[in-house]
This record gives sequence, structure tokens and C-alpha cells, in this order.
Amino acid sequence: MCKVKVITGTSAAAEAAKLADVDVIAAYPITPQTTCVEKLAEFVANGELDAEFIKVESEHSAMSACIGASATGARTFTATASQGLALMHEMLFIAAGMRLPIVMMNANRALSAPINIWNDQQDSISQRDTGWIQFYVEDNQETLDTILQAYRIGEHEDVLLPVMVNLDGFILTHTVEPVTIPSEENAKAFVGVYEPKHAYLDPDRPITQGCVGVPECYMETRYAVEKAMENAKKVIKEIHDEFAEKFKRSYGNGLIEEYNMENADTVIVAMGSVCGTIKEVIDRLKEKGKEVGLLRVRCYRPFPAEDIAKALKDAENIAVLDKNISLGINKGALYLDLASTVRDKKVVNYIVGLGGRDIRIEDIEKIISHVEVAKDGETAWIGLKE
Amino acid sequence: MVTIGAIIYEPGSSIRNKTGSWRVFRPILDADKCIKCENCYIFCPEGAIQEVDGKFTINYDYCKGCLICVNECPVNAITKVREGK
Ligand code: SF4
Ligand code: SF4
Repeated sequence: MCKVKVITGTSAAAEAAKLADVDVIAAYPITPQTTCVEKLAEFVANGELDAEFIKVESEHSAMSACIGASATGARTFTATASQGLALMHEMLFIAAGMRLPIVMMNANRALSAPINIWNDQQDSISQRDTGWIQFYVEDNQETLDTILQAYRIGEHEDVLLPVMVNLDGFILTHTVEPVTIPSEENAKAFVGVYEPKHAYLDPDRPITQGCVGVPECYMETRYAVEKAMENAKKVIKEIHDEFAEKFKRSYGNGLIEEYNMENADTVIVAMGSVCGTIKEVIDRLKEKGKEVGLLRVRCYRPFPAEDIAKALKDAENIAVLDKNISLGINKGALYLDLASTVRDKKVVNYIVGLGGRDIRIEDIEKIISHVEVAKDGETAWIGLKE
Repeated sequence: MVTIGAIIYEPGSSIRNKTGSWRVFRPILDADKCIKCENCYIFCPEGAIQEVDGKFTINYDYCKGCLICVNECPVNAITKVREGK
């Protein structure tokens, strides 16, 4: 029997890792992720979860331990945020290159300086080229559901890549919401048992992992990751649909979610929890007879370019919200990816919510009226004090 | 063909993959000067020095030219020359 608990996003992530019956957790506490690994430490300590909890002295070590564990064939979980994710940077490439299906929860938080513990998405966006699959969830329920799906996706033999599930720091990590928790039986039946075929530790079948890749073969390994990313698009949709059928909860087609798009000329494209606020604005405008759509990018890597182009084919004004900034070009990452996909339309970029700056209903309304008169390719910083 | 995750499933791949291609300096061992102290053999990080028929020889397929052996030889039996000369 499933049960409903009123819990935070980090607790939802911990519950998901428990349901996935992970073997190894290696993590270092960092705000606003800490409560996730605290919860998991509690599960391990009181015998609710039969796993090794490796306490490490930094996030670089946390990811190193996860790589080692996953290379033996263990199902592995970690969680981090911001500076911690940045400290993992070089190890993230190794996890992806070695094709280890580690699952990580990242609590999206701004990067220093100045020191800021509040939410934006610069941390994970800065890791976009490491070869990790990246999800951005809207609420706590989706956090749990996506982590369960993440194990299936990462461990799929056509994919074999690590998966990062990003949830907005404090907005989701520390806010309680009712979350339906599947029964252990149903969750286990869905996630299944990981039987690694490529990476394992078995004295009877000795293998070498993490070896040197000379110029004659390195390029092929990178190409293989790119192919796996491409394969992941199909796998993500399939596993999402299977999940939806079984648990009666769905998130668009798994890659993107469309909201009120049928008759909308103006469409907002965004990721993460701000989509909840945008839906609220859309509902209010609809009552007044104005149709605005939302295209939520749930999966950012692999980038669902075909799905996005298809969804936006009738849109006239496209507003892309970015909780990150690529300094030196004055554009956000989502805008840059989208602009290279949707070339013949007006796309305007809005930099929002950096370092925990609130994105209010009025801000979304302002964006909607601005995009209708703005020029293609403009960038506007919303809520900036000049 | 590179495997998924560049994992090596068969032993002996180092026989196929030569690692001596990036050498700038080549150590030359003079067997007449050698007193067979084994210092070079012990210190070579690549295991490129072998004892064959009672003589120490350098395997240039794997020697990466770090010149540790040149430094460690107590009787200067190993000298360096630039590659290509
Ligand atoms: S140069 Fe270095 S690698 Fe080559 S034989 Fe001497 S110690 Fe070994
Ligand atoms: S270190 Fe010099 S003397 Fe000793 S074994 Fe090597 S070459 Fe010979």
C-alpha cells in the first residue's frame, strides 16, 4: 500500500533512494542538501535500509567513493549542492566516461562569491557538459518519482550514464508537501535489480577499469557517450510512460511538459519549481480570456531539441527563463540551447531568480507583456536593482 | 572497438598498446659500463628495463623517456640522447 507523507524535497529524495534499495551512499553534507543525507544516515542506522553509508571529508571524495562503488556493480546514490557539486566537477566526467549509472540529488544553489546559500541553477548548469543526464523537477512528488525513474534510465543497457536530479534549494528542499510514497513492493517491482554487465568486481572475471585512453581511442569514448545521450531520450520517455501507467502520475512525455499550449501565441519556457508559479499565472490569465502557454523542460541533458521544436511550432513569442547566466555573452544556458533549435522564431531571454531573488507572480506577468513587444534575441534581467 | 566505459576485459592489452611514443629523450644503456646493480631496473616507473641473458636492456616500446634511470645509475652507464637524432 502506498502512503501519503507531508515531507520536504530532501526527504522525498531520501525516501526514493531507500525505495530503490541502494547499496552504497557516499556523501558530504552541504546546505541545502544536508537533510537528505541525514535522513539516509538515519535509515541505515536504524536498519530500514541495508546499505553502506560512507562518510567522506569532501564532495570530491564522495564522488570518488561513488565511482569506486558503482564500478564494483553496486547501486549508488549521493546528494550535493552548489560548491559541493563544483568540487565534484572532475569526478563527474569520470563517472560518465566509465559509464557508471550513479544517481545524484542536487539541491540547486547559487555559487560564490559572494557566499549565497539560496536557490538558482548555476551549479548544475555549470556541469552540463560532463556527460550526466540532468532532470529539473517541479515539486517534491516529482523528486521522488524522478529518482526512481533515474535508476531505470541510468542502468538501461542502451544508456549506462549517471543521472542528476535537480531540485530548487529551499523552495523544494525545505518546503513540505504531501508526497505519495509507493509501497516497497511496487517500487522494487518497478526499479528492479541492477545486474551490471559491463562494470563489476569479480575475482573470477578480472577486468581493468579507468584505464588510459590514448589519442587513438579517446574520441570514440566521447562519441559513445553522445550516442548514449541520444538513446536516453527514447529510454526516458518509455520509462516515464511505464511509471505513469503503474503509479498514475505523469510529467508531460518525460522530457518536456506542455501546459495550456493549444491556443497560446505566447509561450514561456522554464525549468524547475518556478513552473508552478508560471502555471498559476497562466490560470489567472485564462480566466481573463488570455491564453499563455508553458513549456517545461524536465530533462535538460540530453536536450530534447526535437520535442521542443515541435511543441513551439505555433508559438509567436517565446520567453525563456534562465536561473543561470553564461557570463560574457549575457544569455542563459537554456536560451542558448533553445535558440540553436528554434531558429525562425522570436525568442527572448529572461535572467531570473539568481541567488534566491524571488520570482513573483508580477514578475511573470511583466515577462509576458514584455515578450510580446520585445525584439528577437534580447536579454532582460528581471528584478535587478540598478 | 572501444568497449562501453573503455573497460578492458582481456589481460595483455599493454602488449598491443605501446606507450613509448611520447618520448623526447632516449636513454642509452652501455652494457660494458654496467655493473648490474639493478638500480635502473628497480626505479624505472614503466617496467621498461629488463634483464635479458644476464644483461640489462631497455624496451623502447614502453620507455617514456623520464630519464630516472639516467639519474639513478651509479656508474653513468646510461646516457640520454634527443629522440630523432
Ligand atoms: S627513461 Fe624512464 S621509462 Fe625509460 S627506461 Fe629509463 S626510467 Fe624507464
Ligand atoms: S643502474 Fe646502471 S649499473 Fe645499475 S644495472 Fe642499471 S645500467 Fe647497470
